Amino acid sequence: MKWLAILLLALAAPAFADSNQPPAPLANVQLKDPAKEAQAQALMLTLRCVVCQGQSIADSNAEMAGDMRSLVRTRIAAGESSQSIRDWLIARYGDYVSYDPPLSATTAPLWIAPLALLAIGAWLARASFKRRRSS
Amino acid sequence: MLAEAGLAALWFAAALALLQLVLAGLGVWRSAKPALAHDVSTAEIMAAVRPVAVVQGALALAAMLLLIWVFARSDMSVLLVAQNSHSDKPMLYKVAGAWGNHEGSMLLWVTILGVAGAAVALLERSLDRRTLIATLGAQAAIALGFYAFLLFSSNPFARLNPAPADGNGLNPLLQDPGLAFHPPTLYIGYVGISIAFSFAVGAMITRDVGPAFARAMRPWVLGAWIFLTLGITAGSYWAYYELGWGGWWFWDPVENASLMPWLAATALLHSVSVLATRDGLRAWTLMLAVVAFSMSMLGTFLVRSGILTSVHAFAVDPTRGSFILALLAIYIGGALLLFALRVGTVKQGNTFDFVSREGALIANNLLLTVILGIVLIGTLYPIVAAGFGTQLSVGAPFFDKAAGPVALALVAVMAAGPMLRWRRDTAEAVLKRMTLPVAVTGIVLILVAMLGHVAVLPLLGLALAAGLAVASVAPLWMRNLRRTPLFTYGMVLAHLGIAVSLAGMACDTAFTQATLVAARVGVAQRVGPFTVTLDGIKPVIGPNWSALEARLSVRRGETGSVFYLRPQSRFFANPVTVTSESAIATRWDGQLYTVLGEPDGTGRWQLRLWWKPFVTLIWFGGALVALGGALSLLGRLLRARQGKLREGSA
Amino acid sequence: MTRPLIWVPFLGAIALFAVIAWGLFRPADRVIHSALVGQKLPAFTLPPIVPGKPGLSTAAFATGKPRLLNVFASWCIPCIAEAPQLLKLQQAGVEIDAVAIRDTPAAIADFLARNGDPYRAIGDDQASAVQLALGSAGVPETFVIDGQGRIVQQHVGDIREEEVPGLIAAVRNAR
Repeated sequence: MKWLAILLLALAAPAFADSNQPPAPLANVQLKDPAKEAQAQALMLTLRCVVCQGQSIADSNAEMAGDMRSLVRTRIAAGESSQSIRDWLIARYGDYVSYDPPLSATTAPLWIAPLALLAIGAWLARASFKRRRSS
Repeated sequence: MLAEAGLAALWFAAALALLQLVLAGLGVWRSAKPALAHDVSTAEIMAAVRPVAVVQGALALAAMLLLIWVFARSDMSVLLVAQNSHSDKPMLYKVAGAWGNHEGSMLLWVTILGVAGAAVALLERSLDRRTLIATLGAQAAIALGFYAFLLFSSNPFARLNPAPADGNGLNPLLQDPGLAFHPPTLYIGYVGISIAFSFAVGAMITRDVGPAFARAMRPWVLGAWIFLTLGITAGSYWAYYELGWGGWWFWDPVENASLMPWLAATALLHSVSVLATRDGLRAWTLMLAVVAFSMSMLGTFLVRSGILTSVHAFAVDPTRGSFILALLAIYIGGALLLFALRVGTVKQGNTFDFVSREGALIANNLLLTVILGIVLIGTLYPIVAAGFGTQLSVGAPFFDKAAGPVALALVAVMAAGPMLRWRRDTAEAVLKRMTLPVAVTGIVLILVAMLGHVAVLPLLGLALAAGLAVASVAPLWMRNLRRTPLFTYGMVLAHLGIAVSLAGMACDTAFTQATLVAARVGVAQRVGPFTVTLDGIKPVIGPNWSALEARLSVRRGETGSVFYLRPQSRFFANPVTVTSESAIATRWDGQLYTVLGEPDGTGRWQLRLWWKPFVTLIWFGGALVALGGALSLLGRLLRARQGKLREGSA
Repeated sequence: MTRPLIWVPFLGAIALFAVIAWGLFRPADRVIHSALVGQKLPAFTLPPIVPGKPGLSTAAFATGKPRLLNVFASWCIPCIAEAPQLLKLQQAGVEIDAVAIRDTPAAIADFLARNGDPYRAIGDDQASAVQLALGSAGVPETFVIDGQGRIVQQHVGDIREEEVPGLIAAVRNAR
């Protein structure tokens, strides 16, 4: 179904009109320090572009995603932690901007679900196994 | 005329589906009554079902071919063609464009459904006769719903009067050979699973669930699963080279929609094996067949309803969405209701020892189903959260954290499973047989960990992939290779494919090197072992696009010979779109992936360069899995034929 | 399997359909709202973009007089559509400050000449830094800022004719 995702992306494309301005300084250029660049890249992959159809800012062509990449790289270069940048963005755009839903009352069921599924599954599977004779 | 003929074919096919449903229902009902069971007309009614199913499938196929014909001729008096095609398109995309839109892809869906039903009617010989008729009835019921959907709300043959001079064109992102291959493949997989569903419904109606039923169902599940595997693999590669950022899986709802049926079908494939060989997991197998098709339908629905895509809303069509939702509710709700009513009367199958092949297969089913549950919940959770008034995104970090460990546990079970004996085994013996794979896992773990910068998930992924690769060929160890049945080779190859694919994913995550620069002509850039120089940019003209093309001269190391890559930035006029066409150099140990971006206004061009070591293993592994499935299918069919021949001669 | 357990898949499917039907018939709010509504405007200072018009900084707010902060760009088509409404707001006595996203002096001057100039000040935001700080996800967007420099309301998208009175009232009430 990937092709439909591509189709949807393309449908959304006109929504991000272009300014014809050059991209922000660090939108498409890496940081000099590979460790910091890796840190920035890891963070960018978990931040949602706010004008695209479900893409992280690390793989979006939208200008705004470029501006967000620039912001992330600038702040990482200045020594800010990934978590603090994420928090800063969440304070502005809400949980929507993070692909990693922070644990809260609303997201608790989501994070508990995998464990619950495993437990229920194991309990169900038990029925298929022979009881080991106690002798 | 062609369009009208296509519409007529659709109407006739729908009428035949109704007839097929009525005949099958009547036949099964009559044969269940002792007084009528041996009546001649009961036999006649049941005998009529198969030919009807065949003709219905043929008519659906005819409608699809007529739609393709209309697209190929660029007949702009047909609304769908005018909206989605353009006479300047290359022929390949005219033809593929027939399913590059909502109506056409739904027609393809129902065509495959009809053809699959016809195939069952023609080819299935081992299933109990009453169960087969009930199965064909279930298949007709599904088809009927989708014919209604097409005829009442998505007619692909609607005319446009007056006809425009030319059409709107096909979305340029879809103008790729991928469109010709990926959707039909995935659809055959999606819809092929409907056969498993119909089998399960048929078996629930006739209460005939046992090893014979499982043996009859297995090739059909296997067939659908092969196509699902191919479809997902192809889709991943298509997205990888088309979207231009080097990603191959985004945990996008639409991708998840294709992954979920695959997970369910994989679980089904293994539980069918347990049912076929050891007469266990009866209710569970029926359940999985229903779940697998539910996921196919859910995928079809999610993609079309638009309820899960975000930000800027695009055309959400509530009529169509609710129509598919209603079909989904009727079929899945109905099947699960039948399951609840009937499964109590299905005899409990055998139970097993925990340490045994069966035990490992049950663990496999458990883990696959848990992953399926995680993907399903993660995909739909944003809707739930919206109910609480929260806008939420669930993406890669969640799926990696939640499903990643379960998937790695599954890999460990996969490695151990084929080394276990059926019925009963001991932990000590298994551990002894597992020495080599465990040792390899440990060694790779230590070696990769010594590199220092690899994250936990890819590190474990690589180590387990190495262990799994060794373990998966173990069933061939010390065996007479010529007497080993084909389906054992199939299993070995499929498991090996998973190991290969996993290794590719881990390598890409751990070792990819990126160089993102604003490049000046003539200035060399380094990425991984390559030196890349932008030689220049020139315009090129294609059949229905124009492009700016960069020439990159690339040299590997200091002494390698120079080769050229030509990434493009393409401009399409119908409709107006810009796409970036990546240029990829494939080497035995990975791919160099290059993309041309925008100029920065000072004579520099944005270049995105990635060196992705062993990334190709991801799709090579996927192909191996599918090939393994094909071998296994072939092996099963040959074995079944030999069985028949033996019966005949006895 | 025990009797009641048999119904779990059926009930699970019903729950699934309920979620999906809910998502289908009450489509979620696709607009991304700023989480800063109700809070103080983040601190920023932007240089002017056109001669004769001041740039914009946080100090310009918190002056006791509520005002509108319009996020716009000359390359944005809905911004042209909302220009007459902004002029109407200005005529009604509402003070409007603006942030121009990724723009050039020439393009802005041209835009103002064509579509009218309702702005007191325009700040030049080259890398959408202030837009991101505001939690704004596109152009145009309009924030109602009260006299203490707090964001009272966010309006996403172009302002339509019928929305003008509501915005005037919002600014009046934002003392």
